[in-house]
Amino acid sequence: MTPRHPPHAVGDLALHDVSVAYGSLVAVSAVEAVIEPGTVVGVIGPNGSGKSTLLKAIAGVLPLHGGEVTLGGEEIGRHAAEVAFVPQREEVNWEFPVTARDVVLMGRYRTIGWLRRPGDRDRERAEQALARLGLAGMGYRHISQFSGGQQQRIFLARAMVQEPRIVLLDEPFTGVDVTNRAIFHEAIREFAAKGVTVLLATHDLEEVQSTTDAVLCLNRDMVAFGPTATTYTAETLRATFGGQLAVFAAP
Amino acid sequence: MIDYVTDPLSYPFMQRALIEVAIVGALCGLVGCFVVLRGLAFIADALAHAVFPGVVLSYMAERNILIGASVFGVLTAIGVGVLSRSRRVSEDSAIGVLFAASFAFGVVLISMQSGFRKDLGSLLFGNILGVSQQDVVITLVVGVVVAGVLLALLKEFTLVAFDTTMAKAAGYPVFALDVLLLLLVSATIVVSLQTVGNILILALIVTPPATARLLTDRLGRMMLLSALLAVTSGVVGLYISFHASTAAGATIVLTATAIFLVALVVAPNHGFISGRVQRRRGQHHVHHYHPMSEEGPASEG
Repeated sequence: MTPRHPPHAVGDLALHDVSVAYGSLVAVSAVEAVIEPGTVVGVIGPNGSGKSTLLKAIAGVLPLHGGEVTLGGEEIGRHAAEVAFVPQREEVNWEFPVTARDVVLMGRYRTIGWLRRPGDRDRERAEQALARLGLAGMGYRHISQFSGGQQQRIFLARAMVQEPRIVLLDEPFTGVDVTNRAIFHEAIREFAAKGVTVLLATHDLEEVQSTTDAVLCLNRDMVAFGPTATTYTAETLRATFGGQLAVFAAP
Repeated sequence: MIDYVTDPLSYPFMQRALIEVAIVGALCGLVGCFVVLRGLAFIADALAHAVFPGVVLSYMAERNILIGASVFGVLTAIGVGVLSRSRRVSEDSAIGVLFAASFAFGVVLISMQSGFRKDLGSLLFGNILGVSQQDVVITLVVGVVVAGVLLALLKEFTLVAFDTTMAKAAGYPVFALDVLLLLLVSATIVVSLQTVGNILILALIVTPPATARLLTDRLGRMMLLSALLAVTSGVVGLYISFHASTAAGATIVLTATAIFLVALVVAPNHGFISGRVQRRRGQHHVHHYHPMSEEGPASEG
């Protein structure tokens, strides 16, 4: 397909006039952004502003109502195998009998392909990723036997072994303590250093300044998009959060 | 004592019944794992009821009941898939209304026949002692195909069951996989109907996997254990029914239930006893995350 907007540098993630709807209710609209590889973007906005909805639309989990999402000029659906998604806690079936290693291995499934089983190399990769995130030797445990922060790290490990170009993190800091956050920041930086684009939806504004290169401010409509240094201002935040700003510490 | 085991084997109908119940048990045990893990018990029950008119129609036309049941099974599996795709709040009710109606339609159909009470009984509660050699062969073939598909797509079914969001993001055809799973459940129900019948089939699909889940935290072991338990329940239940002259299907179900109750008490991690011991020690095997746990509350905006 031919993009309707000018082509971007190789690997750019481009959101062009993106809108997402639930039935007739438009939940997100007018999202316009071009994100270079290796950028960490914070998607911020009040509860119900459509952060999670936008991430899911980018991932192809929800259909677009309008506009287009492209990766390197091609429709992003063609690169689904390279899009890693760390969902919110409620979306995962914690009672399912899987170990931490099983969960990480899921990141390899597309590479392994249909009808094949994970091999020794895949298992090795999974163990390495777990070790990299401070969970060495714990891969045999059932997923519900970990703390909230550890569970999030397991999902990050899963994203790592997928070797993605895009990583989407939906409220990754929910219930994550200080130690876990440090490991998290390091992992996100590592992704960025490898040229992986990271989008993280969060309402935890303390995280935004320390973690992100750019912010996408959302309140159903996109309010602003730009480098964190120039866009993350009291003025933009007021426009994004409106009356709810008082809840957060202003930068 | 040994006669207790060997006596029934001298009857060809018991030989066939034992083979049939073993195949059906293994199949229900395997497929049932995904029914239990995905919370599809209600939908499986609905499927069992929905194929009933198909069973009755084939019976009236004096054809193998598998033919009618298969047609209705495929149609309803796809119907349920479409209904649950719409993600309406009322999908449960819609499925309930449709399948209760379908079941009632089957009962009305058969009540139009003379002497329907006896037929109704065997269709509702199964007629394991009446299976023919042909039935056994069909069950085996369907069983091998269903188990083969399930195992071949095990990692995809696992991913969809554990984390549908990631499955969709990674580009898997989640809707097609869901419908396929329902078709496998449907096929399992159809070939198992003769063993325990329409009403009790749910027990064979749900009870052994639920028992196995109590005993292990690994999917592979759960599936193996579930199949073994279902086969055991089937064979033991059939023997008991032979000697005690009780209804075969119902005795099989009660055997499976007895095993479940034992597991519920003695299971190492999820059982009643271990739960009490762990509570007394102030710990619990499964750390269920809670936003207000030791890691501190999330900063909700």
